[in-house]
Amino acid sequence: MSVASPTQGEAHNRSVQDPVLEALGKHLGAQVMVEQATLTGMPVVWLPRERLLDALAFLKGLPEGFTMLFDLSAIDERLRSQRVGLPPADFTVFYHLVSIDRNRDLMLKVAIDEGDLSLPSCVSVFRNANWYEREVWDMFGIDFDGHPRLVRILMPPTWTGHPLRKDYPARATEFDPYTLTVEGQDTEQKALQFDPEAWGMQRERSGSEFMFLNLGPNHPSAHGAFRIVLQLDGEEIVDCVPDIGYHHRGAEKMAERQSWHSFIPYTDRIDYTGGVMNNLPYVLAVEKLAGIEVPDRVKVIRVMMAEMFRITSHLLFLGTYLQDLGAMTPVFFTFSDRQRAYKVIEGITGFRMHPAWYRIGGVSQDLPKGWPTLVQEFLDWMPKRLREYQRAMMENAIVRERTRDIAAFSTGEALEWGVTGPNLRATGCNFDLRKQRPYSGYDQFDFEVPLGTRGDVFDRGQLRIEEMRQSVRIIQQCVDNMPPGDYKADHPLTTPPPREKMLQHIETLITHFLQVSWGPVLKPNESCQMVEATKGINSYYLTSDGNTTSYRTRIRTPSFPHLQQIPALMRQGFVPDLIAHLGSIDFVMADVDR
Amino acid sequence: MSWLTPQVIDILYAMFQAIVILLAAVLLGAVMTVVERRLLGLWQDRYGPNRVGPFGSLQLIADMIKIFFKEDWIPPFADRKLFMLAPAIAMASLLLSFMIIPITPGWGIADLNIGLLFFFAMAGINVYAVLFGGWASGNKYALLGAMRASAQTLSYEVFMGLALMGVVGITGSFNMREIVQAQEGLWFIVPQFFGFCTFLIAGIAVTHRHPFDQPEAEQELADGYHIEFSSMKFGMFFIGEYVGMVLVSALIVTLFFGGWQGPWLPPIVWFALKTAFFLMLFVLLRASLPRPRYDRVMSFGWKVCLPLTLINLLVTSAVILLDAPG
Repeated sequence: MSVASPTQGEAHNRSVQDPVLEALGKHLGAQVMVEQATLTGMPVVWLPRERLLDALAFLKGLPEGFTMLFDLSAIDERLRSQRVGLPPADFTVFYHLVSIDRNRDLMLKVAIDEGDLSLPSCVSVFRNANWYEREVWDMFGIDFDGHPRLVRILMPPTWTGHPLRKDYPARATEFDPYTLTVEGQDTEQKALQFDPEAWGMQRERSGSEFMFLNLGPNHPSAHGAFRIVLQLDGEEIVDCVPDIGYHHRGAEKMAERQSWHSFIPYTDRIDYTGGVMNNLPYVLAVEKLAGIEVPDRVKVIRVMMAEMFRITSHLLFLGTYLQDLGAMTPVFFTFSDRQRAYKVIEGITGFRMHPAWYRIGGVSQDLPKGWPTLVQEFLDWMPKRLREYQRAMMENAIVRERTRDIAAFSTGEALEWGVTGPNLRATGCNFDLRKQRPYSGYDQFDFEVPLGTRGDVFDRGQLRIEEMRQSVRIIQQCVDNMPPGDYKADHPLTTPPPREKMLQHIETLITHFLQVSWGPVLKPNESCQMVEATKGINSYYLTSDGNTTSYRTRIRTPSFPHLQQIPALMRQGFVPDLIAHLGSIDFVMADVDR
Repeated sequence: MSWLTPQVIDILYAMFQAIVILLAAVLLGAVMTVVERRLLGLWQDRYGPNRVGPFGSLQLIADMIKIFFKEDWIPPFADRKLFMLAPAIAMASLLLSFMIIPITPGWGIADLNIGLLFFFAMAGINVYAVLFGGWASGNKYALLGAMRASAQTLSYEVFMGLALMGVVGITGSFNMREIVQAQEGLWFIVPQFFGFCTFLIAGIAVTHRHPFDQPEAEQELADGYHIEFSSMKFGMFFIGEYVGMVLVSALIVTLFFGGWQGPWLPPIVWFALKTAFFLMLFVLLRASLPRPRYDRVMSFGWKVCLPLTLINLLVTSAVILLDAPG
């Protein structure tokens, strides 16, 4: 097996000891595999197209196998200049697999040529590949043979072109001015009409017609611009088709235009209830590329603010979850709690929902004077409120009746669909990245990972209340043990560099000037960082081509697979159960559509 | 002034009473929309509408101006006749029921022998408002709402009538005035406690108030049967719901809490206080409970409430028979 490296002199020999790669090599024949050395923290293996399905099935079937297809997307390699030793490719499709039992990842890559943009579909191996392959088709125009229904998913059905290709323009000024004629409007509207036959659905059964109910994109319980078409027999859901993309803003495309630094505010708006939690995977991945090791104080500040946002996000979840069950009051209480949290967040970061406060190599500012009092007030307030929610709502008989054994799924099903985060832990699967793969110093904190047992709507709600308690515990430890030191790493790529040091010598002045005008230049390589975000596992997979901008930024969000799972759970359910399930998933559409 | 015979004066006085009670009922329904929002605000850690006039007291007028000047839109796909009829039925059927309620010993519109039966009839007609509204809208959400409403009302009206038969049995009359007078010594809440419970539940269900608001469940059906209505047509459904609330509260007071009776204070004050208490209860229920699934609501009606009313009726009649002279 050969090892290729995008940068010279970094040859790895890890594959020699790696039992998984050894087994895969034995199965496929070692000569077909090329391993790529990256900073992703997982083995990255290139395979020929013909062996892909074989390899995926083999890895899934291993004892303690790679049962979850965590991510699947593509890279347009045509403009990439720094790819020494890698197989020639115009486009690359990558498959990011996770083994929960082994607690490790593996990435398979397949090179494809512009002249023959097709791959075998792996929906038969991983069911959740369905939407991912549609997205790759939508964004890159790569065909998947054997896909059940390869149509656009994020872009409108009438769209032309594949936006994430390098030859597709990114700025509005590069397009003709937008016009919408009456005919054009009619065409667009017609294209959005639901056609049951196209989805293989029956219009009637034994003489009686089904009702096709278009729920969303504007509906009080759709949690954003989300549409789901229901095939109803009375109020029983025979089948349903989720339709996403109404909130697509091209975040991945924007990442290819923004500097490494100026993309940070865009990350805030991915999971827009998560605030700085979204900055975390991005800056950690960039720091891996830059080789920055941040001071302890930065780590603790980051953990503290991320956990503050976990609480505000979970409070929003709890309020809307109960509101979807028909209880109108809790949402006002959770919002007034969020207000208290935002007082703290605003005091520290200066903003409320989207602070964009983390920086490459640190955070924007040091903590303000008197911050411990501010945080402590909030920490003293929360526990009694959480007890109140527990007693008034989670112990309420109607709530229990509405949520117990509704939309329940097992750990196996969860992994099959790529479900992560609290929704996965509600099935009893103990997989929390903060414990399993500690980042940003989470291993130094004392907290528990709450688990559910039945994986139903109730467990998903209850678990998040527990998680808030644990977050309060973590924040308390941050307050009690905040280490002294700098709030930015002393590293040339720290952006922006500490201003206090700017005017001391010419070197730092030049660095400051370059980083503010151009932004940092990162060496060619690839890195990936997963974090346990508010809604599940969020990861950034960055490819640098030695430039001031990212060559490809892949944002893997937890809500995307969660929505894909809905039809599998809702068949034979009732409309109110669907609403309860939608409330319990905890998704925001920006986190789905990016 | 020969035409001003005592008879004419009586008629004029009765008409005056009818108009006052009618206006009071509508006005109370309208005021309740604001009062409810203020109370919810109080219980939900927020202000509620407090900007128009001192303490938000003119909010009602602002709302009325708004709703009168909204575009009165009838969807092109709607069944026009039924669409216009539905809100009228919603409002009229409940409003007419106020006729039978004796407010004080001297006040009350009609002293019908079949008072209670008249209410049941009107409540029955009220279902058509929802059904017509849902059907005529030509909207799938409205249809689902109407479907739920018909199933729910069918289930709940069965035992709503039966729940009151105990009261009728003890009094020996359907006449509301006699029912109030029969509670001179002891309010019927004591001997007819189960009748009260089931009637309260049925009353909430019949007015589609939370937690029995499945027909309009906002989170599921995005307002259900009145989703396509706007302006005063919506207003009539909306006020109709509150008029229903006032009616059910007044009925509970009349049937189980001794109507106008009470010490020291004048009868009208007692009646108002008791009714206000139940109105408050309606709002509190809405503020505090989640919504059960509609099939559970149905099975709760058939499997719990109906047997309970039947047992209650059986025991009550047995006691009446045992007590009966001879």
